[in-house]
Amino acid sequence: MNIFDTKKELSGFVLAGFILMGLLPLSNTIVPEDSIFHVAGYQLSLWGKYITYAVLAMSLNLLWGYTGLLCLCQSLFFALGGYAFGMYLMLQVGVDPVYNTALPDFMDFLGYSELPGYWKPFKNPVFTMLAVMAVPGLVAFVFGFLAFQSRIKGVYFSILTQALTYAVCLLFFQNKFTLLWVDFTFGGNNGFTDFKKILGANINDASTTRWLFIGSTAFMLIVYALISIMLKTKFGKVQQAIRDSENRVRFSGYSTTTYKLFIFVLSGVIAGIAGAFYVPQVGIINPGEMTAAKSLDVVVWVALGGRGTKFGPILGAIVVSMLKSYATRAFPDSWLIILGAIFILVVLFMPNGLVGLPKQLAPWINRIRGKERRANTRKTVTAP
Amino acid sequence: MNNTMSPFKRLAASLALLALAANVSYAEETDGTVKVGVLHSLSGTMAISETSLRDILLFTFDEINANGGVLGKRIEPVVVDGASDWPLFAEKAEQLLAKDKVAATFGCWTSVSRKSVLPVYEKYNGLLFYPVQYEGEELSPNIFYTAEAVGQQAIPAVDFLLEEGIKKFYLIGTDYVYPQTTNLVLLEYLLSKGIPIENIGGGLRKDAKGEVISAGKYTPFSHSDYQQIVSEIKDFAASGDAAVLNTVNGDSNVSFFKEIAASGLTADDCPIVSYSLSEDEFRALPTKDLVGHLGCWTYFMSLDTPANKKFIKNWEKWLIKTKASGVQKSDRVTCSPMVLSYNGVYLWKKAVEKAGTFEVEAVIKALESGISFDGPGGTVTTQKNHHLTKNVFIGEILEDGQFDILESFDDVYGEPFLKGTFK
Repeated sequence: MNIFDTKKELSGFVLAGFILMGLLPLSNTIVPEDSIFHVAGYQLSLWGKYITYAVLAMSLNLLWGYTGLLCLCQSLFFALGGYAFGMYLMLQVGVDPVYNTALPDFMDFLGYSELPGYWKPFKNPVFTMLAVMAVPGLVAFVFGFLAFQSRIKGVYFSILTQALTYAVCLLFFQNKFTLLWVDFTFGGNNGFTDFKKILGANINDASTTRWLFIGSTAFMLIVYALISIMLKTKFGKVQQAIRDSENRVRFSGYSTTTYKLFIFVLSGVIAGIAGAFYVPQVGIINPGEMTAAKSLDVVVWVALGGRGTKFGPILGAIVVSMLKSYATRAFPDSWLIILGAIFILVVLFMPNGLVGLPKQLAPWINRIRGKERRANTRKTVTAP
Repeated sequence: MNNTMSPFKRLAASLALLALAANVSYAEETDGTVKVGVLHSLSGTMAISETSLRDILLFTFDEINANGGVLGKRIEPVVVDGASDWPLFAEKAEQLLAKDKVAATFGCWTSVSRKSVLPVYEKYNGLLFYPVQYEGEELSPNIFYTAEAVGQQAIPAVDFLLEEGIKKFYLIGTDYVYPQTTNLVLLEYLLSKGIPIENIGGGLRKDAKGEVISAGKYTPFSHSDYQQIVSEIKDFAASGDAAVLNTVNGDSNVSFFKEIAASGLTADDCPIVSYSLSEDEFRALPTKDLVGHLGCWTYFMSLDTPANKKFIKNWEKWLIKTKASGVQKSDRVTCSPMVLSYNGVYLWKKAVEKAGTFEVEAVIKALESGISFDGPGGTVTTQKNHHLTKNVFIGEILEDGQFDILESFDDVYGEPFLKGTFK
């Protein structure tokens, strides 16, 4: 089965894979540093970060763009995946030079003498990778089950997801919290930082940066392919039908609850894995990542790039993040206003987002071209 | 959507272009200037505090440039906005070090922002000056902490209160690392001074073995309901010999002090020492509720010394004539974090001049050798452990948002590792 719509898309997919996973990392290694084609390590990790954001946007698009569920807890799933992976990274730090213990530093100053039981399995990378998927997946399952079972829809669903994000965020801001009779500690406001090793490699090594970048892009391409496949199947059709009219789908005999729950969990898992790629590349995870504002950022990326399109979320996430990186340096005083103005303009004048722009401009371009053509024709006619 | 050009081709093309564009530096290096980074939040929740530090840094650079610069080079600040977004702080730090190749950076306010950029400074062997009072328990070879350590703020304040005959201490703070750690150190210190544990208010949390892992009462960021806590403080202070040690951060203080004032508790009944409130914060607080309560810093704007008067005069002159964008011109004050930023720049300048180079290793070595600067708050001297010896002042808050200085401690040594030392 051909998963892509056109041959062009297929060749674009292959080309993007080739450039992202081959050329860019290579130009980081073999191209000499003073060359204009050299890609510095920090650029690679910056791009790695953008790409994890792109995947996060894709996971929201799966819900919002294709199923019609505006979810405001995407950053929560992202952060939970990040925290799960961060726990593994914290346990790889080794002996703290200050306290001479192998505990994460925040446990030292909180007075812990030994590692709490629920932290222990995170020494194992395989367990960690499972947890990266399972934790956000489980949260999505429980919350989604309750919400969809009660037929909570539309704006009420959005508000509830935002409330969930806020609640968990407040919990994580505390140095310690008790949930279901267990005392949890995840470093409070500071979260996890100062990672040293990942899977045995030094996290600051150039090669680690490259592999993390390659991993992130590979994951993005996999998610892209996955979404492409899904859109071709009956499942994807039902999913989009739910977006367009849920009641009709239900009256046609489909259990829309099951469909929505599946998509919700899948989206949570994808966001969680993206978060796991994000944390080692930025070097910090703290509750600031799961605030309501961060979830709204994701919504902005998707809206700006083009909701309900395969490529829009990627474009939106990367363009906005790049603008932010650039403008916080170039216009430190006014970048928020500039960014805000761009968002408003896009929402007002580009209903299909950035990817819809060529189509939107097409009639104008055609008109201009048509005029030229008419002028040219006239010229040929009158020419001697 | 996929009928025109393949989306991935577009991504690929734009990526290739961007990779090239990213290689073009922001500004050309010239022989006459040296770049330094300014890394503070100019937007988001911390902007209200950190913008002032950006302003004072720009003032300091202009002052140094007007007097011939550093090693004959003009300082060229690279201002970036960390936007109260901690991963963004790390990104900006990396940009400053890898792309702009700054000789030094002055920045950060919150502990989490410092923790976020610390690995970056160690990776690129950069140099960061950190100006805000903090919890200690950290010593990076690439950071100089011009900030007050716990022993230069929290402990002198307790000494002062003990002298005043205070016998009971109530600990309250915002729930994050600075208050938690500071209060644990204070608990140990108070116990070592013979204060019985039942005279320490706010509650203790113990682990399974019975060891205290948290002391004091904690509220989340932006908490605003202090009714119950204040009634607890009122009961605690009924004996008349109690004080509150306040590490509550930010806008929560508005609600806290409003509630204190409403309860009828005065500074005579129970003085409150606030560790996170300086002159700059009073611009946004109802100071009438705070009158008579105490503060402890290594600088007060009201210091009556020629050096301070000259500093304030120059600062006010600069405010009038500066063309820097985003600088609020009227209704400005100076405060300890601002002066510690100012001192940091001059200490860096002196270290560079001593080392004869901007090279980070050499500058750090010069700083470690002990460099003194006569700042607005008196002489500060760098120590081998990357902290400063400086004077500490206790002040009483006045109606106009200034401090009336009650006591001073000269040349207090900066020690980051205090936990477990008072036994």
